[in-house]
Amino acid sequence: MEKIPVGTSTIKATAGKPAGFWTKLIRQRSLVYMSVPFLIWLFIFKYVPLWGWTIAFQDFKPAKGFLDQNWAGLKHFQFLFQDERFLRVLRNTLAMSVINLILGFVTAIGLALLLNEVRHIVYKRIVQTVSYLPHFISWVVAASLVQSTLSPDGTINQLLIWSGVIDKGNEILFLGIGEYFWGLFGAASVWKDVGWNTIVYLAAMTMIDPAQYEAAEIDGASRLQRIWYITLPGIKPVIIVLLIMQIGYLLEAGFEPQYLLGNGLNIDYSEVIDIFVLKYGIAQGNFSLSVAAGMFKTVVSFILLFGANNLAKRMGEARLF
Amino acid sequence: MPAATTTKKSIFRRNSSREDKIFDICNYTFLFVLMLITLYPFVNTLAVSLNQATDTIRGGITLMPRVFTLDNYAYIFREASIMHATMISVLRSVIGTLLTVFCSAMVAYTMSRQEYVLRKFVTLAFILTMYFNGGLIPNYLLIRELDMIGTFSVYIVPGLIGVFNLIIIRSFIDGLPESIIESARIDGAGEFTTFMRIILPLCVPVLATVALFTAVYQWNSWFDVFLYNSSYPKLSTLQYELQKILQNSNASMTSRTATDAFANAGNTAANTVTPVSIRATMTIVASVPIIMVYPFLQKYFVKGMMVGGVKG
Repeated sequence: MEKIPVGTSTIKATAGKPAGFWTKLIRQRSLVYMSVPFLIWLFIFKYVPLWGWTIAFQDFKPAKGFLDQNWAGLKHFQFLFQDERFLRVLRNTLAMSVINLILGFVTAIGLALLLNEVRHIVYKRIVQTVSYLPHFISWVVAASLVQSTLSPDGTINQLLIWSGVIDKGNEILFLGIGEYFWGLFGAASVWKDVGWNTIVYLAAMTMIDPAQYEAAEIDGASRLQRIWYITLPGIKPVIIVLLIMQIGYLLEAGFEPQYLLGNGLNIDYSEVIDIFVLKYGIAQGNFSLSVAAGMFKTVVSFILLFGANNLAKRMGEARLF
Repeated sequence: MPAATTTKKSIFRRNSSREDKIFDICNYTFLFVLMLITLYPFVNTLAVSLNQATDTIRGGITLMPRVFTLDNYAYIFREASIMHATMISVLRSVIGTLLTVFCSAMVAYTMSRQEYVLRKFVTLAFILTMYFNGGLIPNYLLIRELDMIGTFSVYIVPGLIGVFNLIIIRSFIDGLPESIIESARIDGAGEFTTFMRIILPLCVPVLATVALFTAVYQWNSWFDVFLYNSSYPKLSTLQYELQKILQNSNASMTSRTATDAFANAGNTAANTVTPVSIRATMTIVASVPIIMVYPFLQKYFVKGMMVGGVKG
């Protein structure tokens, strides 16, 4: 009689009681070896740089140690928002990202709708493969192509001369005219990524019930009506979620295209925050101001991204119920 | 009633079929034009790179070279610096891709083990970095503190693991039947053996996606070369060499006389190369490996994009 409860209690002690954190950790040490080195890597390369944000509140001198730096408070931030150049850079960043956002969405959805209507599978494949191509080349190569296309003896000027819009000798130096830069950037971005951006929409379109199209056809809906009343509403949830997510990247107008296509003549329109950071920081050695600009960008992006993600999640749930 | 509907239907059928044809013709033509616009800059640049440099100055090269020559390519590959840069580009693409794929898969595997006590912590630590980064200057100062400036490792180590890669590999592993891992356990395999022998081979499709993304990223990178290694010509890459050429022509574009002077210099000595031809040739050399590879991996990256789009 006495032995049985003792026996059960020992069983409980060994198997029923959850093992402590450290016991488990030791038992799972091979998993620890497989992940903890990368946690250390993550800490050094992703978390330690955050410490560098303190530079924005100092008059940073690279030669001095951390404790010897002079603290400057919010001086650099105040300077930024009075600096005409920074405000211009901010305007350029916002303008280009909005242009990119709208153009990117409209063209990608448009191309996806057209591709979805192609019944000849081989032709569809060929168009898709070609349209992905520019996404895979670097911006350096893309910028080189853009530059030669827009040069005085490039394709666009040749076309304009051929069609009689301009006379020979009056070639337009497209990249030398600041006002054109946003548009050219938008066009170049569309050229590079429109095909790639159709992937998600095309995937969403395959989820639409074919019965809907059949029913619409019987009711006499035309091709355009079917696109308008079935395909487009069918991918609406995807569009909305992607749109909200994109808002999180409002201050990420890109860096490479502007840097590679920018020059002395279009600088007032081509310079974005990242270029500002690079020029002030690395080239001129004004680390504090440049970190302040970078930090401003990251913090605003963080808020936007977090808000956008939450909103997207809530919208997603609303769709489920 | 039924009779009325049939007539109505047939009327619309006839209308829609004619409409259908017009729509198809317009659509196919439009897409064809779009393909032309996408491809034309490449074809044009290829034609320029295969055309005699002095002849190119006369202008008017479109789809085909006028005076065919391989001199531009010969010139480029005679340059020791370009050959070396090509080698570094290949090295960083190969080494970077192998390391990234292996390390990402390993971390993703630990993140997929439900019983792992650090699973939530590891996942959160990685996911959080999607929302912020230290920025250019702090990263630069860190690399300088770590004495990594002027080393090859600066191309590989700082960007070793991307969160996007982790997400798509983990969601692939989560889709594998749990019984596979259990049976490996019963056979006495440890975590590392299970990972190497069971998980890695099963993950080939998703790892191919990650490998493609990484290889493209590595091959296309120039900014880290510019930022960290611009004064170490031994570590220059193809993309960075092209970027320097681009920068020069950018600078000369602001005054057209400079370009003309270049052109004249080319004219006086026959068979010499010009900046325009060099740039076209470099552009082709820097993009050809990617153009050759990506169509064959299309299946993989489209799938990867969709998984990432859904889960991310």
